Amino acid sequence: MGLRSIPGEHGNVNTVFAILYAVATVVLVAGLGFKIAQYARTPAPLKIPTTPAPLTPAGAAFRVAREVVVFESLFKANKALWIFAALFHFGLFVVLARHVRYFQEPVNVVIQLVQPFGLYAGLAMMAGLGLLLLRRIVVPRIAYITGPSDILMLLLLLGIGASGLAMKGAVHTDIVAVKAFFLGLMAFEIRALPAEPPLLVHLALVAVLMIVFPFSKLLHVPGVFFSPTRNQCDNPREKRHLAPWAAKLEAGGN
Amino acid sequence: MAAFETPVLGNVEERPIPALVPNATNDLKCFVAAPAHQEALGFPGELVPDWQAKAKARMGDLLSKYRSLQVFMDSCVKCGACTDKCHYFIGTGDPKNMPVARQDLFRSVYRKWFTPAGKMVPGLVGAKEFTRDLLDDWYNYFHQCSQCRRCSLYCPYGIDTAEVSMAAREIMDSIGLGQKYCNEIIGKVHRIGNNLGLPGPALEDTLLGLEEDMQAETGLDIKIPIDVEGAEVLLVTPSADFFAEPHVLGLMGYAKVFHAAGISWTVSTKASEAGNFGMFIGNYDQLRKIAGRVRTAAQELKVKRLVFGECGHAWRVAYSFLNTVAGPWDFLDPRYPVPQHILEFTYNLIKDKAIRLDKSANAGKILTVHDSCNIARGSRMGDFPGGQFHIPREVIKAAVPTFVDMHKDTICEKTFCCGGGGGLLTDELLEIRVKGARPRMEALKQVVDDHKVTHMASMCAICKAQFTKVLPAYGFDREMVVSVHQLVGDALLLGNND
Ligand code: SF4
Ligand code: SF4
Repeated sequence: MGLRSIPGEHGNVNTVFAILYAVATVVLVAGLGFKIAQYARTPAPLKIPTTPAPLTPAGAAFRVAREVVVFESLFKANKALWIFAALFHFGLFVVLARHVRYFQEPVNVVIQLVQPFGLYAGLAMMAGLGLLLLRRIVVPRIAYITGPSDILMLLLLLGIGASGLAMKGAVHTDIVAVKAFFLGLMAFEIRALPAEPPLLVHLALVAVLMIVFPFSKLLHVPGVFFSPTRNQCDNPREKRHLAPWAAKLEAGGN
Repeated sequence: MAAFETPVLGNVEERPIPALVPNATNDLKCFVAAPAHQEALGFPGELVPDWQAKAKARMGDLLSKYRSLQVFMDSCVKCGACTDKCHYFIGTGDPKNMPVARQDLFRSVYRKWFTPAGKMVPGLVGAKEFTRDLLDDWYNYFHQCSQCRRCSLYCPYGIDTAEVSMAAREIMDSIGLGQKYCNEIIGKVHRIGNNLGLPGPALEDTLLGLEEDMQAETGLDIKIPIDVEGAEVLLVTPSADFFAEPHVLGLMGYAKVFHAAGISWTVSTKASEAGNFGMFIGNYDQLRKIAGRVRTAAQELKVKRLVFGECGHAWRVAYSFLNTVAGPWDFLDPRYPVPQHILEFTYNLIKDKAIRLDKSANAGKILTVHDSCNIARGSRMGDFPGGQFHIPREVIKAAVPTFVDMHKDTICEKTFCCGGGGGLLTDELLEIRVKGARPRMEALKQVVDDHKVTHMASMCAICKAQFTKVLPAYGFDREMVVSVHQLVGDALLLGNND
């Protein structure tokens, strides 16, 4: 598959970003795919839901959904942290939803509806990130468990948010051209990208995020769905649970 | 052992989070298993020369067999939600007793060996060589985790440090660095039949003695049958119930319940231990072998039902794992859950009015209850989520005039470990046990001060032994801790039964 290049003013920049996004997408999809396959393949030999737990698989699925959507356990654990995390994640969610318009033509109604909230969501996200970063510095317990990668991840996200907001507030970017670039990429075609620093910074940082995703703690995204303490239901007396390797051990007769 | 200071109890409402005291419990090391203890379980006698390579292989094996371990290693975001939830951290301030930091001892090695980031940029992601110093940290701090799962309750991804501790102990066993307490006891289970090393004849004598005591007390012929073929119920109970105080009063309570209900039962010399330390050391084979004794005993004695006595970790193994490691149980009466907890058994009898209790027998006692961590967060009783909280309370309330719960952040699913679970109930770890009991003691103090609570009921053999030892350190009477079935036994209306 060859990328067809449409010459623009900054042909090199366009090509670099096209390749960067092609690579980032492959790494993200393949990396996450590998991890998800690994989690799915690895058996959970014992029933270990943190009880009290739902008694049915549907109940357990609902429990996981609550963890994903409202961070139930985190709410039990620490209200301030829950607020910071919620600010960031909900902000990010709306911002991401809003960005779908760059990849869609025509744009879905729901995506159109969230457009007006973009700025607030972006600000919420930045506030959440800032507070999370502050916490890592000022709370001794959190400082103790914080490593360089934890700080870098926050800085990366802050950088993405800041460059994104910069385009919204200060330097308006030709978003029609950005959209054309991405729609072009999706059709394996390199189109012109507006060569504005905030945009290029924004796009470069997002690509970095996509590349580090499968190698970093961002694996909590697939991880939360696979956590046996949350996704298992509580029915060990009623239903015998046996992992394939344990069954083999049993069949081995020892 | 060096003297240490018992923590000063604070106000449970304020829930103070201690300041970090690095390496506070760094030198608290439990005895290493002797070659004889190790080899009896098929582990190398002492640290093997190529222990790093062996550890790596074992870690890889565990990662491929336990989804929990693989997912937990990757998913932690270092949010710190768990940092103030561990009783050992609260009691010691040692940062390595924060659940995430405890996991990180393992995770740093996992990253180094099994992740691209850990191999390429170890400094960024906290990947570390598995040095002898780090191994020592493993040994110390994975034996300062009672596998109580309180951290897992609060983690946004349900990361359970208990799973990590179990894996770490399994790896250490496999390279020849086992813990004496657990491994010696497991050896006794295989050799003699129970954790205490009480042989069959001695057990029979003990039970006869208990029958005489009950005869003297009640004037009735209340039996503790042993190895009776064809009994309705096989009772499997922690061996501490056979002679330790207050456990044994609980055992007599079970006997009275069976007597009053007129249900035939037996204990077994073969399965004279409900405890299963195979879980503590994270070894599936041991878990399975120890549990297998119960299956054999049930088959040989041709019983119809299986009931477990008051124990926490034993109940987690029985409730959550027994069907997996020793099932299927299709040869037992399908009308009853397999297994049942003695509290479920007694609760149903009370509900069905098959036994009657007179609270006035316990007049003057004001009770609270300690939810055992393995029962609270690792199992269930009854047929609805949270039955493990409801049923013990209902049974206690039926037996005593006044019941008061401790602070809401210290009970039910949020309960604190007694401080002695998970293979820590050994004398050389007394310091960590006393310090780890701090949150429970704080909560107890509040109800003693505010509600004149006189006794704390417990439904776990380890909790009972631990409290008997640590209550005095905090200025309480060691006899404050009572078995739930001791209360039941005292309140039970006996006689006129056929
Ligand atoms: S609560 Fe969970 S994700 Fe957060 S630091 Fe602790 S183990 Fe890691
Ligand atoms: S399982 Fe319990 S003892 Fe172990 S780290 Fe978690 S809270 Fe602490």
